[in-house]
Amino acid sequence: MPRGMVTIDKERCKGCGLCIAACPHQVLAYSGQLNRSGYNVVYAENPEACVGCAFCALTCPDVAIEVYREKITT
Amino acid sequence: MPTDLDNMVKVFSRPKSLTDVRSTYCPGCQHGILTRIIGQTIDELEIAERTVIIAPVGCSVFAYLWYRCDAVQVAHGRASAVATGIKRADPKLIVLSYQGDGDFASIGTAESIHAANRGENITVIFVNNQVYGMTGGEMAPTSLVGQKTTTTPGGRDAALFGYPIRFSEMIAQLDAPVYVTRQALYDTKRIIDTTKAIKKAFTNQVEGKGYSLVEVLSTCPTNWHMKPVEASKHIADVVTKVYPLGDLVDRG
Amino acid sequence: MGEKVLMRGNEVIAEAAIRAGCQCYFAYPITPQAELLEHMAENMPRLGRTFVQAESELAAISMVYGAASVGVRTMTSSSSPGISLKQEGISYLAGSSLPAVIVNVVRGGPGLGDIAPSQCDYFQATKGGGHGDYHMIVLGPSTVPEAGTLTMLAFDLADKYRTPVMILADGMLGQMMEPVDLPDPVDITTLPKKEWATTGAKGRDPNIILSFDLDPEVLKQMNLELQRRYRKIERDEVRYEEAQTEDAQIVIAAYGTTARIAKTVLRMARDEGIKLGLFRPITLWPFPYEALKKLSQRVQTVLTVEMSAGQMWEDVRLAVAERADTPFYGEMGGVVPTPRGILNEVKKYAH
Repeated sequence: MPRGMVTIDKERCKGCGLCIAACPHQVLAYSGQLNRSGYNVVYAENPEACVGCAFCALTCPDVAIEVYREKITT
Repeated sequence: MPTDLDNMVKVFSRPKSLTDVRSTYCPGCQHGILTRIIGQTIDELEIAERTVIIAPVGCSVFAYLWYRCDAVQVAHGRASAVATGIKRADPKLIVLSYQGDGDFASIGTAESIHAANRGENITVIFVNNQVYGMTGGEMAPTSLVGQKTTTTPGGRDAALFGYPIRFSEMIAQLDAPVYVTRQALYDTKRIIDTTKAIKKAFTNQVEGKGYSLVEVLSTCPTNWHMKPVEASKHIADVVTKVYPLGDLVDRG
Repeated sequence: MGEKVLMRGNEVIAEAAIRAGCQCYFAYPITPQAELLEHMAENMPRLGRTFVQAESELAAISMVYGAASVGVRTMTSSSSPGISLKQEGISYLAGSSLPAVIVNVVRGGPGLGDIAPSQCDYFQATKGGGHGDYHMIVLGPSTVPEAGTLTMLAFDLADKYRTPVMILADGMLGQMMEPVDLPDPVDITTLPKKEWATTGAKGRDPNIILSFDLDPEVLKQMNLELQRRYRKIERDEVRYEEAQTEDAQIVIAAYGTTARIAKTVLRMARDEGIKLGLFRPITLWPFPYEALKKLSQRVQTVLTVEMSAGQMWEDVRLAVAERADTPFYGEMGGVVPTPRGILNEVKKYAH
């Protein structure tokens, strides 16, 4: 199971690609799908590689990304 | 979605002090990162109910739509003077003067310097993207020598149009400011640094310490004719050579 | 009741503003209104209120804009060249529906002009000196005590209509000393609460102050709202004075210092058997068109006298139309017309 997960608000995404470049684990990629504004939106192409570091969300200018991390149980 | 949400905890979400209104910035414009950082800071300091956002003229004119805070839209260049009026009228309010480079470092030069020199207890965020974005990519006071803009089609010629103005260094010469810093957003580390700087600039105001200025080197992919990632790299490789990052004053 | 003191016009305006509950005053020094600034510098901090000597008139009016946004009573003052700089801010105040008081102690112009009394800023004050379709209420005091009462009124009108209000004085009025009954201070806690002010969005939706919308249809609606307010002001707030107009054949139309001089001319003319009256607009905007129109139906001549090339004269002619003759007599450049000079002019029309 992946350690992290991202959700992307498709209608907020403007397809700028800053998150793709910021992700250290190559999780994200362009989906080829256009949203209602006509932007090629980003999606998690390799979700299993996500560690929930939130670098993508930190760099997203449209605050379109939410990040989850695996619960640590002891 | 293969992941079971029950085993996950949300670690990053939209700041509560931001509204649901979508930004009007171009794709990849780093103004949006600042909006998020400001929202997060307002949340962390729990000051949304007493913050007044000053929306300037320029690409960030719509800033009054993005925060669940009171807001005042002001004339080009006068944001620091309006901030003075608001803060003096009610010192309990937390005032953010959000200004671009044309606003802060050209048409508002006098207002910017004198608000700093009076040590007004306000927070100023000065977004330096070296170009006039809203009006169509004209030369800014901060444009680099040789930079092509719609009013310097052959590149900025210093002999004709002067040099990029290091405004924060000018402000740093004054006795009153408590915090003057220059930050950037071109990678995760710089975004985290900028977040810390903005939190400090707000905290100074909350604690009544006085004037704080955070200059942020920002991109304008549209008017620079660069892809957003390429524009970020341009900040790292070229722009920071003219505008070095770091704290210029820290009397906090 | 108030106390009787001998004070200069500039100081009376300042003191009246304080008594009206002005919490924040911002200005840049300029002659001939420096005493106003100095009175505020001395008294506002003592009262725990805000005095800031701004870096420029642009900054001062922008500080007023900020303070007005928060909902406090606020004022700036200047003289002609400085008022030109304030036009940007006045347009924004009008566009954003913010109440504020602006004092113009007018001096000779154009350009740097001189520091002597003049009425050459009437057009700028009454026709909308800045950009956009707007008006501000303009009050023209003619004596030092009236400068005080109209300043008090200016704050009330500004709040009532959410609009900038100008006191249009002149260098003579600013510098002259007269005995004044100072009005009692207003208890600001009794003033209506400004629900629209940006005092922090606590327990309510955010308040937004702006003069802007990119959608022409929305901006049109914002403009229509301003125009509705202006029509209401025109209906309810016109103020003027008539003196010895009952049997008058000739009427002088004058405001401010010139009207004061005209009152001396009335006595001189009456001594010589000339049936002279005075029509004095107190609100220069809204101009008392209807009252002057009525008056013009029963006089032969309406002689406009101004310390300008004939600015209010245009409003007088609009009001009078062809019902009476509308000659003009004026001085410019800071020259103040003498009672004798005006009387000689009146005699030209006395038959």
